[in-house]
Amino acid sequence: MDDKTRLDLYRVMVLSRTYEEALLREYHADKKPAFDIGAGLLPGEMHLSAGQEPVAAGVCAHLRPDDAVTATHRPHHIAIAHGVDLDKMTAEIFGRQGGLGHGRGGHMHLFDPATHFSCSGIVAEGLPPALGQAFAFQQAGSDRVAAAFTGEGAANQGAFHESLNLAALWGLPVVFIIEDNDWAISVPRSASTAVASNADRAAGYGMPGQRIEDNDVDAVYAAAGDAVTRARAGDGPTLLEIHTLRLWGHFEGDPQAYRPDLAELAGRDPIPAYQARLQKAGILTAELAATIKDEASARVEKAVEFAKSSPAPEPETARDYLFA
Amino acid sequence: MSVTDSATAPPRGGVRRLTTARAVAEGIAQEMERDPRVFVLGEDIGAYGGIFGATGGLLEKFGPGRVRDTPISETAFIGLGIGAAVEGMRPIVELMFADFFGVAMDQIYNHMAKIHYESGGNVRVPMVLMTATGGGYGDAEQHSQCLWGTFAHLPGMKVVVPSNPADAKGLMISAIRDENPVVYMFHKGVMGLPWMAKNPRAIGPVPQSGDEVPIGRAAVAREGTDATVVTLSLSVHHALDVAEQMAEADGISLEVIDLRSLVPLDRQTIMSSVAKTGRLLIVDEDYQSFGVSGEVAATVAETDPGMLRAPVVRVAVPDVPIPYARPLERAVLPGPDRIRDGVHRLLKA
Ligand SMILES: Cc1ncc(C[n+]2csc(CCOP(=O)(O)OP(=O)(O)O)c2C)c(N)n1
Repeated sequence: MDDKTRLDLYRVMVLSRTYEEALLREYHADKKPAFDIGAGLLPGEMHLSAGQEPVAAGVCAHLRPDDAVTATHRPHHIAIAHGVDLDKMTAEIFGRQGGLGHGRGGHMHLFDPATHFSCSGIVAEGLPPALGQAFAFQQAGSDRVAAAFTGEGAANQGAFHESLNLAALWGLPVVFIIEDNDWAISVPRSASTAVASNADRAAGYGMPGQRIEDNDVDAVYAAAGDAVTRARAGDGPTLLEIHTLRLWGHFEGDPQAYRPDLAELAGRDPIPAYQARLQKAGILTAELAATIKDEASARVEKAVEFAKSSPAPEPETARDYLFA
Repeated sequence: MSVTDSATAPPRGGVRRLTTARAVAEGIAQEMERDPRVFVLGEDIGAYGGIFGATGGLLEKFGPGRVRDTPISETAFIGLGIGAAVEGMRPIVELMFADFFGVAMDQIYNHMAKIHYESGGNVRVPMVLMTATGGGYGDAEQHSQCLWGTFAHLPGMKVVVPSNPADAKGLMISAIRDENPVVYMFHKGVMGLPWMAKNPRAIGPVPQSGDEVPIGRAAVAREGTDATVVTLSLSVHHALDVAEQMAEADGISLEVIDLRSLVPLDRQTIMSSVAKTGRLLIVDEDYQSFGVSGEVAATVAETDPGMLRAPVVRVAVPDVPIPYARPLERAVLPGPDRIRDGVHRLLKA
């Protein structure tokens, strides 16, 4: 890996974290003193991805804007790493007319045709459409690929298993990525999954599988590179499972009373760890890190401004877009 | 106990005020104490106590043997509930949001609902499928639907839709004791959750005793003479608010019927009320077409359309997914403004 690639990975992770810190601030700003999920500028469930940036950065670094990505109910880091327009995405999360879906979808339902990005609030249900996108690419004789993200909890859903079999059977150019953050809401991996590694399941469907430990963005980058190369070459799908970290609650407002590891979370934050690694390797300095953070903040605040200044949809338009 | 009783009964011996969520959990706990065959399955129903609190405290009381968190595998664990029921157990299975029925619908409507019929009555499936419904808090298309009309449409399942704590407890007890599959649909907005804005009616007196509220009997939540408002679940709260306000401001007397069950549907209570008022407004947070509101209107049309002095008015979701942005969501949900407007249209006709 060259230095520039590693710096780029760092930049993407910092942008993603900075974005989520801003959403955290905006989400809670008008839900005080008593938390009311339906109140304020950003109502509804909010699933933030802090801690999972290495997965998105490492995988999406290999993707082009014409490759398809399907994400989950926790989509922001993946959307950012794939290059979804930050202004329009933010406006969507704020429910504004200038958003990706004109405020109809919100944070769990982001659709960006420009980067072939989508996500779904129903777990594992982003996988089957990724197969279809890959199928279309395959039929067109192109080298485009689809990356389908899911959580380790969702990997126990029928759609996951059906999708793996079909993708392998038809040699579809798909990379399946499981973000194993140890938890499915309050249910630990040990109470949901009968095998130690979901990568072991890949063999049962006739595709290569690899588990990556330690939330290590360099290792994710390497494994995803191989998987994307395979898919582009027409050699079929790959399953990657990445052991990552849910730094915050399942959704905002989650009391996390079920979670015994809260005290040690900050020490496992992958971004300061990567920063230290890059500084030790002489790739990054404290000054450059500060500049990267400042640039990220400026970009994010511009997106938040864009969102806030975009008009709210008119009530009379509620039935628009039902049919083409 | 009717809604009127429960909403006005002073706290006396054996009656405390509980949130609907706590009332549901209490009903389940009492049945688990009474009947060792009862157990609970679902996602985050153990340590978390259910995302909407319907199973709070059960794990602590009954342990992980009878209160089991499952993987996110709805087809597998709803199907497991069916099989366990067939073998004589009494499962209560929580589907976290009704919106998620899609991933497991075959087990629900082709198996849970049909086995008794297909077996010529030889195999029973006495289980409760409990699920959260409804919007109004910005959760958008995939987490805000009511969908009770869909379940009620498919034969073989009873469907209950409580609106207040006392009914919620009594209907849960009836559902557990029922020999049939019962889909128990609670609107998140009636649960009295600390983290969601709520109507005061989400907290109310609940009898200590484990009495049933019979499935299939509507309640007259408020008596009136000018028009009948037939509604269910959270919309009962809104309808009662509107009725109170219009009585005071406009001298309009609305009768509010809380359906409480969709299958079986208490057509008699609907008819008796419409016979009295001659005017019918149906308020439903589900999609308008092909659903509950049409069924209620058809009940009158088929029985005695002559009793209507004005065309029926429906206030429901106008056949569009529930949008995220607040102004759009407000526009499609049957909130107090739309109900009031519906009453005016009905009375003007
Ligand atoms: C089919 C379905 N069942 C249940 C849910 C509710 N739900 C949303 S996220 C979640 C946990 C998902 O865990 P995981 O896949 O590990 O992803 P994470 O939230 O940890 O990112 C659950 C149960 C859902 N959205 N869809």
